[in-house]
Amino acid sequence: MNTILEIQNLKKYFSSQKAVDDISFSIEKGSIFGLLGPNGAGKTTLIRMITGIFYPDAGTILLNGKKFDPVKDVIDIGYMPEERGLYKKMKVGEQAMYLAQLKGLSKQEAFTKVKFWFERFEMGSWWNKKVEDLSKGMGQKLQFVTTVLHEPKLVILDEPFSGLDPVNSNLIKDEIYNLAQKGTTIIFSTHRMEQVEEICDHIVLVNKGNKILDGSVKEVKQQFKQHIFNAELNKLPAALQHPSFNIVKQNGNNLTLKINEGYQSNDILLHFINQQSIIVAYHEILPSLNEIFIRLVEGTPTSRQFQTVTA
Amino acid sequence: MNKIVIIIKREYLTRVRNKTFLLSTFLLPLVMMVFIFGSAYLGAKSIKQYKIAVKDETGLYKNKLKNSDAAFYGYPENVNMSNYRKDGYDGLLLVYSKDNTNADSARLYSEKELGLATDEAIKKQLQKINEERLLLAKGVSRAILDSIHAQSEDEDLLNYRSYKVSGAELKEGNKKLSSIVGFISGIIIYITLFIYGASVMRGVMEEKTNRIAEVMVSSVKPFQLMLGKIIGIAAVGLTQLLLWIILIGLLMNILPLIMSPEMMQQAQNGQAIPGGAAQSSSVANMIAQSTGVDIAGANWPLIIGCFLFYFLGGYLFYASLFAAVGSVINEDPQEAQSLMLPITMPIIFGFIMLTSTIQNPSGPLAFWGSIIPFTSPIVMMGRIPSGVPESVPYWQLGLSMVLLIAGFFFTTWLSAKIYRTGILMYGKKASWKEMIKWAIKKA
Repeated sequence: MNTILEIQNLKKYFSSQKAVDDISFSIEKGSIFGLLGPNGAGKTTLIRMITGIFYPDAGTILLNGKKFDPVKDVIDIGYMPEERGLYKKMKVGEQAMYLAQLKGLSKQEAFTKVKFWFERFEMGSWWNKKVEDLSKGMGQKLQFVTTVLHEPKLVILDEPFSGLDPVNSNLIKDEIYNLAQKGTTIIFSTHRMEQVEEICDHIVLVNKGNKILDGSVKEVKQQFKQHIFNAELNKLPAALQHPSFNIVKQNGNNLTLKINEGYQSNDILLHFINQQSIIVAYHEILPSLNEIFIRLVEGTPTSRQFQTVTA
Repeated sequence: MNKIVIIIKREYLTRVRNKTFLLSTFLLPLVMMVFIFGSAYLGAKSIKQYKIAVKDETGLYKNKLKNSDAAFYGYPENVNMSNYRKDGYDGLLLVYSKDNTNADSARLYSEKELGLATDEAIKKQLQKINEERLLLAKGVSRAILDSIHAQSEDEDLLNYRSYKVSGAELKEGNKKLSSIVGFISGIIIYITLFIYGASVMRGVMEEKTNRIAEVMVSSVKPFQLMLGKIIGIAAVGLTQLLLWIILIGLLMNILPLIMSPEMMQQAQNGQAIPGGAAQSSSVANMIAQSTGVDIAGANWPLIIGCFLFYFLGGYLFYASLFAAVGSVINEDPQEAQSLMLPITMPIIFGFIMLTSTIQNPSGPLAFWGSIIPFTSPIVMMGRIPSGVPESVPYWQLGLSMVLLIAGFFFTTWLSAKIYRTGILMYGKKASWKEMIKWAIKKA
């Protein structure tokens, strides 16, 4: 497996809480990785350690197999934080050039790349506009461009679609796929589970500073499946009941069934076939990430309680 | 290192290109020159010669009052309260004796206030005439009296000068100049500390409220960001000072040309300066004549050198503290007020100390104020024009400078730690306790 980022036993304690408490995971190169968790779970702290803004109290971060160096590795990371903004009084072009140069690009390189991305996103006419004249969506686009402009190997996006209309959302989404295809690894942090389901290959769920779930979206869904199937029949059989299942929901000829312990999905099919019912559709209902998320996080107080840290 | 340069460049250029910068840079010297010339002009104009009509019923003072800058005396016939103005007089001086006393009464009547100078001049003249009369009455002869008068005004009899002693060398004292230069440079440092300190604070607040801080610190270290901003604004400050110096220099030469000849005449007619002023520039001359200050007599290279040092040193000492405050506040300007207080207090205190330093540049208050880095930029500038090393020994100047540099390193180190945590904190205001905790905790 070709890992780009490996996190081992990372810890960061603040005076009032254990923001990140012994988290480990690794991210495959070129994958889109979802970092999920409720508010205050420690996502931002984790990301800030990966971007070199915070130093971990314990644990190691390996980037491309080498120990992460916040100063040297800045060029390899593009970070779009949730709390993001730009200098309002600066011109759009200058702003992009400035941020690119701070990443370590030379003036010439920065200029070429800014030009390239501006054309790609049809932002060429913005160059001499002030940032404060841009709409929120335009600002987001500019922010995204400044994040990926220096072609980092690892792009970290915290709620990248907030404030974007569907058209611009799609534009950015396509760009995320595009980057991943070219080998860029993307860490994607959000609360919007439908986006995660759509975009991410692999997810990690953190809560209260701990990792509580780690796996590919497929695996996770399998792990949390509740053996519920949906069957569409042309007519209901005479004897609907069978020991192999319970009916969870019935809507005319559409049945939602839960398989009982000790039986398999084919047992149900057999039952219906034996009953002379014609099966129009039959498929398993996997839980949505949203459901899994809520199930796992349920019971956690909506805002994290402060705790005394002794360590 | 390279990244700091990029940050400095941005901080510098965005400010220098700003319209407010241009406006303040070019308007301030103009306002200052108008102020200087205005006060010089008014100063010269305020000593006006008034024409006084004298009605002397005693006969003791008639034709004996000597004209001066402030008063010109005339003795018209049949003058009274109602008609003195017809002859062009500004006031009526009535001298009469009361029947039952020895004392003469003198009363000055005028339609408008004639001013202190005129009042004093008239009183002095009357007293002098009385003194003469009494001396004559006691048997002093007229000839002796005249010769005494002549001699007492002669410089050969009493030659008054004040000197400053430095080793074996004597220097002519120039108290007025040193106190004016000291006061002005102290005030400029006081004002610029506030202007540029607040500018740093606003810059940090802008980064925080615009939410760009986190984007920035993912590319550069917070310390680089803070230092870049501080140095960038220092460069703006130096640019502005330099432009002011150049502009004031230019205006000094241009303004007299465009001022009306009458105004110049007025100013030149003012007080004559003892000892003769520098004739180099007409403005220096004018200032000298109207204020009695000889500009050419100061050690300008030393004063300007020290001024630049204390301007930069004081700014750097306080700028990082302002940055730290800017990093912990959110949008609420009210918060800024209360958090700024501990920083502004010593600056204001320094300004208060400056006033007493001017009075006594070698006193203990001046000494301590000019050594402790919190007040030294302001207080030391009040002392330096009175003479190095006479008033300010070299060791004191050296100690003050070293402590200021050390203080700068200390405040920057301390502020960087608060700043680093503060710029990423949203939503709540940090308490002093928390800030201290941030400052002392390890990286």
